[in-house]
Formats: sequence, C-alpha cells, structure tokens
Amino acid sequence: MAKVLMKGNEAIAEAAINAGCLYYFGYPITPQTEISEYMAKRMPKVGGLCLQAESEIAAINMVLGASSGGTRAMTSSSSPGISLKSEGVSYLVGSDLPAVIVNVQRGGPGLGGIQPSQADYYQATKAYGHGDMHLIVLAPSTVQEMASLTGEAFDLADIYRTPVILLADGAIGQMMEPVDFSARTPRELPEKDWATRGHGGSRKHNIINSLYMNPEDLERTVEERYVRYRKIEAEEVKYDTFMTDDADIVCVAFGITARICHTAVTMARAKGIKAGLIRPITLWPFPNDAINTLADTAKAFLSVELSMGQMVTDVKLACGCRRPVDFYGRTGGVIPNPADVAKKLEAMASELGLRS
Amino acid sequence: MSIVFDKPHALTDNLMHYCPGCTHGIVHRLVAEAIDELGVEDRTVGIAPVGCAVFAYNYFACDMIEAAHGRAPAVATGMKRTHPELVVFTYQGDGDLAAIGTAETVHSATRGENITIIFINNCIYGMTGGQMAPTTLPGQITTTTPYGRNPKIQGNPVRVCELLSTLDGVAYAARVSVDTPANVRTAKKAILKGFKNQIDGKGFSIIEVLSTCPTNWGLSPVEALSWLRENMIPYYPLGVYKDIDSGEAEKEAK
Repeated sequence: MAKVLMKGNEAIAEAAINAGCLYYFGYPITPQTEISEYMAKRMPKVGGLCLQAESEIAAINMVLGASSGGTRAMTSSSSPGISLKSEGVSYLVGSDLPAVIVNVQRGGPGLGGIQPSQADYYQATKAYGHGDMHLIVLAPSTVQEMASLTGEAFDLADIYRTPVILLADGAIGQMMEPVDFSARTPRELPEKDWATRGHGGSRKHNIINSLYMNPEDLERTVEERYVRYRKIEAEEVKYDTFMTDDADIVCVAFGITARICHTAVTMARAKGIKAGLIRPITLWPFPNDAINTLADTAKAFLSVELSMGQMVTDVKLACGCRRPVDFYGRTGGVIPNPADVAKKLEAMASELGLRS
Repeated sequence: MSIVFDKPHALTDNLMHYCPGCTHGIVHRLVAEAIDELGVEDRTVGIAPVGCAVFAYNYFACDMIEAAHGRAPAVATGMKRTHPELVVFTYQGDGDLAAIGTAETVHSATRGENITIIFINNCIYGMTGGQMAPTTLPGQITTTTPYGRNPKIQGNPVRVCELLSTLDGVAYAARVSVDTPANVRTAKKAILKGFKNQIDGKGFSIIEVLSTCPTNWGLSPVEALSWLRENMIPYYPLGVYKDIDSGEAEKEAK
C-alpha cells in the first residue's frame, strides 16, 4: 500500500479500523479530538459505530461492555480525561478484558494545558488503576508508529487479555507524516471462548467478573495474572537504539523526546562526545535488560522527558544504580530544543572527564 | 407426581445470599420467568453492578457481567451496540442507578438504548449496611442520617420514573411493587413487557420495583412490607409513567 500523509491522531483511528476495531467510544478533549472526528466520519462507511459518550467514565465502560462480548473496541482521551477512565481500566484488568486506550498526553496536573507532555508516565506504567496490576504501555515516536503500534496494541490486548495503553503525546498526535498501513503483520490470536454473548444453549453461562469475596480466590486470580505479566516481560519488550555500541553517555527517551535526543546525540558526536540513545517502545514492560547491558560499557545515562522526571527512576532501577543517571526535562507543554539536550550532554561529559 | 410449580430455567441452583424477607429473590424470579417465557436465555446477557445484587451472576443462568458501581447502563450500551441480537438487561439498586450512576442512567435513557433496566428501590444502601440512598425518604433514619433525612441538609429524594419519563428515548417506565401477590403479578407483567419491548426494538425500558430491606430498616419481614405500603408507595406512586404504546397498555389493563 502506498504511503499517505496523515496527522498522528488520524493515523491511530485509521489503524484501529484496519485492525478490525469497528467500535469507538469517546469524549472530546484536546489534543486528541481528531480521533473522535475521524471515527465519526469513517465508522458509518465501514459498518462500524462511533458513539460519543456522556463522559470518559461511560466511554470506558462502553468499551468494557463491547469487550465482554468479545468485540474489539477502543477509547481515547488526553490526560485529564484519562484520569477519569481509571476506574474502568482497573475493572478491565480485574475482569481480564482486552481493550485499547489511547492517551495523547497534555500538560498537567489538573486541567494543566493543551501542549504536549509525557507527565502521565507514572500513571500509565505504575498506577493507572487501583489494585495489583500492570498494563502494556506502548510509546510511538512517529506517525508511522502511531499506526503500527495501534494495530499491535489490539493484538497484544487479545493475546494477553489485558488493556493496552498507547501513550502518545500532543506533538505526535498533531504532526503530519507519511504512513504505510500495510507495514504490520497481524499476529495469531486466541479464541475468545470466555466472552458473554449468549450461551446459545450449548455451554454453561460465562461470567465476566472482578469480585472475589474469598481472599484466597482473589489472590489466586491476581497471581495467575502475574504469571501472564512475567510472560509479557519475557517476550514483548521492544526498544530501539542509536549509536549505543561505543557510547559513553546513553540518552533514554521515548515518544517525541526520542526524536529530539536523536538530533542531540548527532550534535554531541560532532563535538567529540560519544553519545547514544535507547528508545523504549514498550514502557511496560520496560527494557530493563537492554539498559542493564548498556551499563556494562556506558559511563552514564541521561533520561530526557517532557516531565519533571518520571522514567528516570526506571532507568536507575534498570541499571541497578551501577552508573550515574542524570535527568533533563521540560514540563507544562514546553518542548526542549535538541541544542538544549546537547548542551546537557556536554556538561555531563565535562563532569565525567570525557571531553578530549 | 406431576410438577405444578418449578424453578425457572433461567435461575441457577445456587443458594441466594439475600437476607430473610428481602424482595430481591422475588424480583430475580420474575426476571427469570420473563426470560423463560420469551425463550431468550441462550441470547441474554445480564449486567449486575455493585450493590446487594452484585452476586446475581451466581443466580441467573444466562451470561452475566459484574460491572462497576453505577456503570451498568454504559456497559449495557457497549454490549447491545456491538451485539444487537442479544437481549441485554441491567439489575441495579437505588444508590447505583440514582446516585453514582445518574449520568449513565439518564444518558442511556435519552439515547434510547434498546435495553431493559430492572431498578430495585428500597430507600437504603443495603450492601454497605444501611446508609442513606438517593431515594431515602424525608425523615427516614439510616446510619448516615441518624436523626432522619432532613431535606434541608441531605437534600430531597429522587423520583426516577417521573424523571426519566420526560425523556424522548424512553419507551417504557413503570413503577411496581412486590409487597402483595396482586402487586407481584403486576410487576411480572411490567418486567415481561420491558423485555418484550427490547426484543421488538422499541427502545429503553425501565421497571422500578419498590422493595424491602428488613435488615437495614430494622423491621421484621412482615413489618417491612407494611412500612413499604405506608411510607414508600405514597411518595413513589405505583403505575406506568411512560409507555410509547399506551393505547395497547390501556387495552391490556381493561
């Protein structure tokens, strides 16, 4: 298929439809409203449905209802709306239901702003709902990845019976780039024999449930889910590297920030600093092993984020605190220039005595 | 020996956890009878959110979903919109439907979702042990209105059928009671109609059932039935508040 020029948000919507998601439930919020608008235009033409819910809470529960019936469905929002969905996300996890939730992040806390942010990293990777739980968190850094990771998100959700978060940001959501929608090979998917879509007189009734009054029963279901999480950690980690082989200082960045770091690394190299970049594509599971291996040769790490520093704690844990882990970030919707990051790399190089 | 009265097929053999004198058991039976009579158990999905009926998935033999507090109409919307061939019902209490889930209730109603809602109104939060509900009557004592509900402080109760009957998407809104055999028969008819409306694609139907909670009201089962008659029915009058085929309904009544 030929490449088409598209906005990041629209690429998500088209990729979802390509992945067989014919049901979208959402509520307008900047900077992701194009997803709803695109769905509203396209869904009737492909025999699907775009339903504007009365709230983010209702939207996520509509997804839960659709998913209970074994149907692919998604919702999307931006930071403040994402917080509202957290109750439903926890119920999706507790009921082992697949779902795709897109967060095109904006600045917070509170109403915050409408400019790009990565300050929902902790929320997405650590605590998007109450209880013992994880979610698969995918971080696209190009419009192409907005499309391919959306398709991947639906497959991962079905394979592992878990909600998957596509953690994008306002910059990638709003920018336009060429996309090829045929770039991804769909995975083999399991039967949804657990779905509640009428027992048809041929089986015992199915129950979708997250309630266990007996503590041992609840513990058992959580432990079973964690066995699945271990499998995800073993098999689904994705990351990308740039000039890390001989790197003294390795930048760690995802999403739009990884692209800024890519340029910054090139700028630093031109000044004789051996910089490199590792870009986590899965934020959970986090590429712990890859970062730990880099710590064998790298002298320091720099986590670059559109926040006050959240992923930086995971980088420290990943390298077992064997190397200094520094942080550079802007927040509130401010995006750093590559030169700002390069300057930080230069300062680190001086501190570490790496300048020749 | 011939069987003259049996358990509906749409109910499982599981023992119910409801307190003595609680009317949930009667309403469960009426819903199951309606499912049996319409022959739709194999394509019915029930949704019971947080509340005393949260374990309904153990009692109904159709596919069941346990939903978050107040969210059942949204879950039902997602289920019904993706599987229009299914019969989808929710079974919700007063706190669930008229407090925390008010938005989901009102909007699923005004959208005219083709679903059936069974609404249990017993003027109290049962599961958590007798706190004030949105439908708790003025003056009624609960653990969070120990001096009686004072509308000037705790606000006024919600009359759900009256409220929803103003919405265009509602096909049928009826308030019934299960305090006497005659009222149980009327309730059965209303519930059956609520399910039939959905099968006929008529839209949103809600059947509000005035119910007792002897445990949290601190009354015996018999006293509780009297309390319902003396206090609840005057505030929440029984009857059909909206019926888009009211002509037919009048004929049936005659």
